[in-house]
Amino acid sequence: MKSGSNLEKVLTSGQFAVTAELGPPKGADTEVVRRKVEILKGKVDAANITDCQTAVVRLSSIAAGVIMAQMGLEPVVQMTTRDRNRIAIQSDLLGASALGIKNLLCLTGDHPKFGNHPQAKGVFDLDSIQLIQMVKNMRDEKKFLNGEEMEVEPRFFIGAAENPFADPFEFRATRLAKKVMAGVDFIQTQIVYNTHKFAHWMEEIRKLRLHEKVFILAGVAPMKSVGMAKYMKNKVPGMDVPDEVVNRMEKAKEPRQEGIQICVDIINEVRKIEGIAGIHIMAVEWEEAVPEIVERAGLLPRPQGQ
Amino acid sequence: MIFGEQKPLEEVEEMIKDCKKILIAGCNTCVAICFAGGEKEVGILASALRMRAKMANREQEVIEQTVQRQCEWEFVDELKENVEKVEVVVSLACGAGVQAVAERFPRAFIFPGLNTTGIAITEEAGVWAERCLACGNCILDKTGGICPITRCSKGLLNGPCGGSQNGKCEISPDVPCAWQLIYDRLKVLGKLDLLDGIKPPKDWSTSQSGGPRKVVREDLKSSS
Repeated sequence: MKSGSNLEKVLTSGQFAVTAELGPPKGADTEVVRRKVEILKGKVDAANITDCQTAVVRLSSIAAGVIMAQMGLEPVVQMTTRDRNRIAIQSDLLGASALGIKNLLCLTGDHPKFGNHPQAKGVFDLDSIQLIQMVKNMRDEKKFLNGEEMEVEPRFFIGAAENPFADPFEFRATRLAKKVMAGVDFIQTQIVYNTHKFAHWMEEIRKLRLHEKVFILAGVAPMKSVGMAKYMKNKVPGMDVPDEVVNRMEKAKEPRQEGIQICVDIINEVRKIEGIAGIHIMAVEWEEAVPEIVERAGLLPRPQGQ
Repeated sequence: MIFGEQKPLEEVEEMIKDCKKILIAGCNTCVAICFAGGEKEVGILASALRMRAKMANREQEVIEQTVQRQCEWEFVDELKENVEKVEVVVSLACGAGVQAVAERFPRAFIFPGLNTTGIAITEEAGVWAERCLACGNCILDKTGGICPITRCSKGLLNGPCGGSQNGKCEISPDVPCAWQLIYDRLKVLGKLDLLDGIKPPKDWSTSQSGGPRKVVREDLKSSS
């Protein structure tokens, strides 16, 4: 075992994994975290804690992760290179590990321009691939980025994101290969609505045999309304929402139910693709939808007592 | 070249409003090419300030002088006579020029009239776009002659982030994705293999992160 996390155990034992996402509050209110943990607990194998997603200041992902772990929901702490240089990241990783965090998702992060402090200086000392490599070397070689050795290493099950819908499409599989080479253990993809294109990307992944070297969790997210569908289609960079999905939302009498159904349909479709090891449900600020999605997709109960 | 933009007239006026005599000092090299701080722009700014002074009933004299380069002592020294006549110098040079004038004339007040933007090319008439961040360790041989440090909004070294779509950067549809440009160019050149392998973290100590930079060429230093 690399970290001995629940997520690692579920995946390495060949079971179909389910992760979700938890957005920490814009304030120091731990009750918000606790409420969301209660919703997700027992329904997923682990849940990501976002690191100031869309560059908006929120309660720290490590702190929220510790609260989650105390409550019995395993965190996947997200770490971006946007706000910290290599010194701060390594220090925070030691701290996270010391506090019992076992899963880490390595990200570059959304540009500060999208956030609530667009005047901030973006750090980007490292990119996500270099971050993965650094975390792996800390874990497996007990070495800091500068080559110095440490006595007690941080042990993380290392994750990263990949967006099959971004461009240049022909380069996306190569880029994932780089992440695998860097030492990533699992991948959570961008939200899948275009299952056809996703299947095409997975073909490319299989050609490179990457699915044998890394666990790939397909990202999904329920939509609440046709407005949200259109917004995602037209305004969110790197998103691919086919017209068919927008039309389904438009015609729906109960859009929230339809959003959940679309999500379940997508899960059922991507599950059949060779090389998909699990799903990652991104229902940020709609965590209540997760238990229903997991149940309707036939993914309950989750493996216990790992 | 170095490119920049003139500060808003109101901002310049605010700096100099209490001064009786002002020199607007231009630079006829980089900032003249981008129509921000050359002789012509000095003339326009001086006229505008004279007009504003008149409208505000301020007694103010504005004189003008443009030198070839404000970043070299031999040209900076040409400003001496006028600098001594005025209370304040508004320099329309880049930040280096402003500081060269300040360094040469320790007793003069020097204000910047430009916001220096960076190192650019003239993409087309009236359009200047940044191409170099002066990181001090050029990698253009590995990226098809397109700089990801400068042109990727996140300065990524290992390919595009997930926000690259239809050739555009996530920050704006007006910004091309540097990695799409690099990919396309290397494809044409038959050199996509340059993108294989992991580019290690950049050594930023050659950039401004390592402190103010200086190049010393002993062979060119005066022997005195």
